[in-house]
Amino acid sequence: MKNSLYIVIVGCGRLGSHLANQLSRVGHSVVVIDKDETTFNELSPGFSGFRIEGDATQMGVLKEAKLMRADVVFATTHEDNVNLMAAQVARKIFNVPHVLARVFDPRREQVYDQLGIETICPTSVASEMFLLAVASGRAAQGDATT
Amino acid sequence: MKVLIVGSGKTLYFLCRNFTAKGYTVVIINRSREECVQLARRLSATVVCGDGSDAVILKEAGAMGADVVLAITPNDQDNLVICQLAALKFGVPRAIALANDPENAEIFEKLGVSAFSTTHIVGSLIEQRASLEQIINLLPVGEGRVNVTEIILDADSPAAGKLMKDLVLPENALVAVVMRDQRPIVPRGGNQLLAGDRLVLITLPENHGAVLKAFTGDGK
Repeated sequence: MKNSLYIVIVGCGRLGSHLANQLSRVGHSVVVIDKDETTFNELSPGFSGFRIEGDATQMGVLKEAKLMRADVVFATTHEDNVNLMAAQVARKIFNVPHVLARVFDPRREQVYDQLGIETICPTSVASEMFLLAVASGRAAQGDATT
Repeated sequence: MKVLIVGSGKTLYFLCRNFTAKGYTVVIINRSREECVQLARRLSATVVCGDGSDAVILKEAGAMGADVVLAITPNDQDNLVICQLAALKFGVPRAIALANDPENAEIFEKLGVSAFSTTHIVGSLIEQRASLEQIINLLPVGEGRVNVTEIILDADSPAAGKLMKDLVLPENALVAVVMRDQRPIVPRGGNQLLAGDRLVLITLPENHGAVLKAFTGDGK
């Protein structure tokens, strides 16, 4: 892998801006897309990437972000369907090698696994961690009583 | 036939009225409770209130047994996901998405979803009907993805007097039949086109304008 990657982040909310700030800080070229310009205020003063105000479900906007040259695309808007569409277009139309979409609804996850789109479901991840915490807590309790 | 439609507004209403009049079983999915009440009152269709891109709602609406799913919401991302869920999760044989952004029609097809763009269809209809008096007939076939157009060559047409093989046409276009003196000719490279000929053209919405220009000139 190259040292500096070209990374496009769709959605500049809490997750998107956090990722953008961190990735830009460690030297990657980052482009963020959001249809609401005010979200760019979340970017840190040190953010050296580009900002594009636009709707990521429109081809023109994705072309402007030069998706054909991207190494990585993260779709992190608060709308599952926008993320799923942007991720599919990135993967299958622009052949971006590494694409990840955030999907809130765990039911949608399976279908997109089937389509070869990698998704991260915060609900599933969080619930696994909670369950794990409970399980290990019980184990610890068990240890204490024996 | 059982048709499941996800959408809102007048297009949805009139489509449903049309389909129920033909005897189809229609199920509507709409997000607005208020609109659902109105639709249920005015149409003999089942109305389900909710997000059509949610598998639970699709199931409730009976997606499992639907013959066709039509996604015509104003959001392309929703239409895409609705059709993909319908096809992959519920095995609906035909799922068709409206591409509000005309560029997305092609994208959806590449992603395996049948799509249409009203901008394309209405745009080409207007071009054809309003600006070109040489056009006699227009028939969209193949779900509007192919146009069959009949035109008359007038004397100042750039194609009049040319041999078929010398015509420069965009890709995916065809002169299917030439009618001359009431006789149909299926033209080959060596046939000459003459003023007064009636041509039947096969075009696609994407190249329709360019093809017509080759026969009618730039003037109009």
